[in-house]
Amino acid sequence: MNINLDFNYKSIKPFIFICFHFGILALVFSLIVHRLSQTRKDALIGSLSLITIRLTVDARPTATLIEFSNMEEVKLIGMWLSPYSYRVIWALKLKGIAYEYIEEDLSNKSPLLLHSNPVQKKIPVLIHGGKPICESSVILEYIEEIWPQNSLLPSDPYERAIARFWIKFADDKSPSISNIYRTSGEEQEKAVKDSLEMLKTIEEHGLVGEKKFFGGDKISMVDMAFGAVAHWLGVIEDVAGLKIFEQHKFPRLNSWIQNFKEVPIIKENLPDRDKMLALLKRRREMLLASE
Amino acid sequence: MAEVKLHGFWASPFSHRVIWALKIKGVDYEYIEEDLSNKSELLLKYNPVYKKIPVLVHGGKPIPESLIILEYIEETWPENPLLPTNPYEKAMARFWIQFGVDKGPIFRAFFLSTGGEEQEKAAKDFLEVLKTIEEQALGDKKFFGGDTINLVDISYGYLAYWFKNVEEVIGIKLLEPSTLPRLSQWVQNFIEVPVIKESIPDRDKLLAYTRRIREKLVAEQLKK
Repeated sequence: MNINLDFNYKSIKPFIFICFHFGILALVFSLIVHRLSQTRKDALIGSLSLITIRLTVDARPTATLIEFSNMEEVKLIGMWLSPYSYRVIWALKLKGIAYEYIEEDLSNKSPLLLHSNPVQKKIPVLIHGGKPICESSVILEYIEEIWPQNSLLPSDPYERAIARFWIKFADDKSPSISNIYRTSGEEQEKAVKDSLEMLKTIEEHGLVGEKKFFGGDKISMVDMAFGAVAHWLGVIEDVAGLKIFEQHKFPRLNSWIQNFKEVPIIKENLPDRDKMLALLKRRREMLLASE
Repeated sequence: MAEVKLHGFWASPFSHRVIWALKIKGVDYEYIEEDLSNKSELLLKYNPVYKKIPVLVHGGKPIPESLIILEYIEETWPENPLLPTNPYEKAMARFWIQFGVDKGPIFRAFFLSTGGEEQEKAAKDFLEVLKTIEEQALGDKKFFGGDTINLVDISYGYLAYWFKNVEEVIGIKLLEPSTLPRLSQWVQNFIEVPVIKESIPDRDKLLAYTRRIREKLVAEQLKK
């Protein structure tokens, strides 16, 4: 048997051509990546890791071979006044996720909102690759899972449980804050009392230890869940003409508010105070007139 | 393997949720019955914010709030999974669990309704909630979790046994085959699941308790 071992240069030429150009591309790519901001780098690493994990580990028989799920289009239906809407904005921005923001007029709900959240008809709604996810705490858990970079929950299961406890506490008690401007008389008194109790609980149980944020040195979902306390409460106090949060009575909470509002993503993404004041004042007038 | 303890109350559906999850996962635990009229020092130490059961204590570390305990159990003991692995489906499961939480006040209003127009409205409102759950969350599936129960089934579990007593005490039936055929079928399937069947308290004892607790809460409501 004759085995042809001649080195055929002509057949190897296209191969060298491709390798050379691939090399140039790799060089250009690494130069571009080098110049990206840290959050964009993290987002890219997150995407590539997820693709690698999906290719190598994902054993679901029905899954597509390559799932670029974290690179699919992201839309957020929100409302500029809502702290729940902001939780999602903060999470997306902290993770460097590009998204399209859609402002919703809640007095005239859009077909998109009604189609995406037919059960509750509320914002925020995250739409990822055309699929809607509703409820801010559910959205945040989803974002954390799909885009693990700059994690917003502790990795330890016990610490996670405690974080979720405080998020639930915030969800349960925050409505008292908006009730302060929405009510008067006895109802308002109750709203004030409930809000103060909430602040007291956070002060005594939530922020124990010299922690910068609820979870330690880094901002997390828990801090975002208490966003209403950090920014909305002050405006609502002005609308209602009441002083509820006295700095000297809540020293830990006061420090936390300063730390929270200094985080660049938070600082740059808060609703305008004057605009809020004007709108909530109008709302209060309308609500009280209709009583 | 760190010690697992559960502080619970025999009649509480929130307590039962945790028991079901621990049993499904095959986790050994010590059960501590709390006297809610005379709460133990330990309970107040473990749940200073809400002072309620259930509290799971794992290796000396306490976790309160039944739904949070369920997520913790799911993460710590991944065998016999109780949540979908697909992130989107997991989000849908959590959405329905949260829906149940949101509608808690509507259930409470029905439970504590005493009569007349107020009761009619409360019953109508809760029936709407049940219809949504049947249509949108359950659909044509055997369980909310598909072929086997998951955290959504566990979170709505009270509808399969606790709720019957509520209907009996009030004298209004909402969850029956003529109004909610699929949900009624789910009730039958759910209470037949071995772990559930063996953990549900005695019907008569629970009925008596339901009557007592309702009287107490209605009286409290009137005082306000």
